[in-house]
This record gives sequence, C-alpha cells and structure tokens, in this order.
Amino acid sequence: MKLLRPAPPRPGRNGPNGPNGPPPAAKPGVKEKAVEGTAGVVGWLDERTGTTPFLRFLVYRKVPKGTNWYYTLGSATLFAFLSQAVTGVFLAMFYEPDPTRAYESASRITNEVFLGEFVRGMHKWGATVMIILIFLHMARVFFFGAYKYPRELNWLIGVTLLVLVLMMGLTGYLLPFDQRSFWATVVASNITAAGPFVGPYLADFLRAGAEFGPTTIARFYSLHMLVLPGLIIALILAHLYLVVKLGTTAPPWLKAEKKDLLREEV
Amino acid sequence: MDDSPKFDKSSRYTEDRGIAGAFPGETVTRRRFMEGTVLVTGGIATMAFTLPALGFALGPIFEDTTPTRWESVGPTNDFNDETYVPRVINLIPEVGDPGKTTIYVRRFNPERDKEVDGQDTQPYVAISTRCAHAGCPVRYIQASQKFVCPCHGGVYGFEGDVEGGPPVRPLDRFYTRVEAGQVEIGDRFSLDSELKRFSPRDPGNHLDGLWQYIYPSRPTT
Repeated sequence: MKLLRPAPPRPGRNGPNGPNGPPPAAKPGVKEKAVEGTAGVVGWLDERTGTTPFLRFLVYRKVPKGTNWYYTLGSATLFAFLSQAVTGVFLAMFYEPDPTRAYESASRITNEVFLGEFVRGMHKWGATVMIILIFLHMARVFFFGAYKYPRELNWLIGVTLLVLVLMMGLTGYLLPFDQRSFWATVVASNITAAGPFVGPYLADFLRAGAEFGPTTIARFYSLHMLVLPGLIIALILAHLYLVVKLGTTAPPWLKAEKKDLLREEV
Repeated sequence: MDDSPKFDKSSRYTEDRGIAGAFPGETVTRRRFMEGTVLVTGGIATMAFTLPALGFALGPIFEDTTPTRWESVGPTNDFNDETYVPRVINLIPEVGDPGKTTIYVRRFNPERDKEVDGQDTQPYVAISTRCAHAGCPVRYIQASQKFVCPCHGGVYGFEGDVEGGPPVRPLDRFYTRVEAGQVEIGDRFSLDSELKRFSPRDPGNHLDGLWQYIYPSRPTT
C-alpha cells in the first residue's frame, strides 16, 4: 500500500533494509503479513494522531509515594458513569416518554425485551452504586486534604458534578412512571416550589406548568438523557484535565522528603 | 543614548502607542478590529440559536396553558351543608390516572362559614385534598370534622383552616357553580389564614402578611 511508509531500519538487526544485512531469506507467510499489516495500520494511525505520546503522558505520570487503592475511587466513579451511559442509551431504544405509555414501555423492557431486566437493573442499581462511589471519592479527597491549593477548582467542579448527578437521580426517578416515581416527583417539585421568589418559577420550569402536566415526563426525559449527561461529560473532562495537570497528592501521613517525594510508577 | 521614539500609551491613536504597522489617525488596529468582528459575528450566531431554544424551554413558565374547565360532580341534592362528600375530578385529563384527584364538596353554610369582606362567596365549598405542607393527600375524618394529613401530621378544621402541624396555609379550594341542577367544579384557588382568595400557590408557600410577596402570583396560574 502506498499509504504505508516503509518501516524504518532497525539498528543492529538484519532486515530487508538493514544497514548491512543480506536480502530477505524467504517470503513472509500469512501470519507475518497479518502482524505486519496490523502493526502498519496501528502505526499509521499513531503517527497521525500522536496517540502513543499522549497515552504515555496520561498513563505514566509520576504519582506520589503512598498512592493506594483509595486513589481509584474516582476512576471507579467514572466507570460507573460509563456503565450508566451505555445502559441508558440502550434503554432509550425501548422507552417511550409519554404519560400514557411510559409505564407500559418500562414494564415491557423488564418483562419482554431480551436481557431487558438485566440492563434496566444495571441502570437502576448502577445509579445507586455511582452515588455511593461519588461520596466515597469525595470522602477520600476530603480526608486526604486533596482539595487544598492548587486543587480548589477541581473540588468545586467535583461538587458541581455531584449536584448534577443528584439531578440525574431526580429526573431518572420519574421515568418508570409508577405510583412511587409519580408522587416522588410531585413532592420534589413541591419542595422546589417552596423556595422563596424563584422556587415557584423553578418548579414551573420542571413541570412545564403549574401542575404535573402532559409534557412533564418528556421534559424530565430530555434533562435526564441529553442536558445533564452533556454537562456531566464536559465537567468530567475538565475534572480529569485538572487531575492530570496538577497531579495527585500524597497521603497526609507521609512526610515530604526532598528527593524521595516522587517516584516512577509504571 | 536613547533615540527610540517616546510612546504615549494612553493616546487613542495606534501610531502614538507605537504599534507596528499603525496608520496615522487610526484608533484601532486592523488585527484588533478583525478580532472584534469575529467575536461579534460568533456571538450573534450563537445567540441566534440559544435564545430561541432557551425561550422554548422556559416558555411554559410564562403562560397559563390550562384553560378553565368546569367539571360536573353530580346534582345539587347530592350535597348538604353539614358534611363533606368526596368526589373524584379529572384535574389534568391528558396524563390519565395521575391527573385525577379527590376533592371534598359541601354546600356553603352561612352559619358556619366565614364571609370574607369584598369577596363573593362560592355556592359550594370544594376542598382540595392537596396538603398545604408538602402536597400529600389529606383525608376528612367525619367524627372529628377535621382534615388529617398522613405524611407529617397536618390537621385542618371544618373549613380547611390550619389547626395543627406543619401546613402554612388552609387547604386550597376550587371555584364552584351550579349549571342545570349540576354542581360544577372549576379552577383551583388558594387561601390565606383569613380565608381570603389568592391565585393558586404551590404547597409550602405561605400567604399571610409579607409572605405573599415572597411567593408571588405566577403567570402559569
């Protein structure tokens, strides 16, 4: 292929273009061709996107001594979010956000769709797991003092993410549209409306009117699967950017020593 | 030795400020002008879709989309002025069963009911079962002639006035009228502790004194 540049000569090795090697002894077999071709495609992409240096920068960062399993809680939360996103997208293929059909479509997902009960269960229980993980992650950051200078902004982003995730919980709770979710939403919008001055207007925005109306569920659905996830993804990227840029903190029980502070973690 | 020209940084002319390639009499460099143009154009283009979209999402806050509907709950001799009769009305027909709600109806009783100055009385008293605290459904207990809320223990008297617990104002009522021998139920309204009528408010919104300005009437109701 013309697109593939010839592999550069490898020093100290005898190859087709080696510095002082003989011509190739035998034609490459199918396996060699496949390996070479795959490596070629990967190399072609890598050369144009700079994936390797980017990943090397991202993954092989220097982390402080004493980094332990508690530092994985943020990644665990991220994976919980990815799980919610994937299961949510597939649930949306069968769910109908209409007050007269929502309950039936949700019960069809559980009772009739292949693996529907499993995927819906993952989404439902995953939501709880995600919120538990967020609070554990938050507790780690708090008790390790990792919110201090220069990471205050990341704490603020994290708190905003927490609020957005709780709003995901609120808006998602309505969608099965059974008695519990309906009344929970009525009470939630009543509590919203009890706020002074803006409260009633916020509740009107949530309900799309003064009472729980025919478009309320579509509104909650749109917030739940488009508006809030979009904001969450954007803020997660900002959160991760700051983690990579500022690095992580050492546990508070470690005393800072001059040369020993950083070590390569591979 | 310093023969570099002296620049006046506060001058409004780019030439005086020593900007390379400045023209005489020019107050804005071309680069700065183009930056501004790009920002303004981009801003207009962004506003052109965000403002209508925001208005679209926020519109329901500013309009009353529920028309006045009168719903018949039975002939006039179904109701008396001594006790309440429960009736189910369809408050929001579009959402099906969740849009239905129970109300308690009785005839206006001039001996027991307060007359409010400067306000016409409704021929029938139709009490909403939505608790004025958090919106739970209250129930009328005939033996004690009180409305009781199961959630947080709100207690209301015979006229729906608060007698105990957390509720902040009396139970809401509905407008009533008699058409062709049938009692008809109209829109909801809220009351302050003097049983003065206000446009409908959400549960938890006080209405007495200054509170009515903290929870003002909204365009949706």
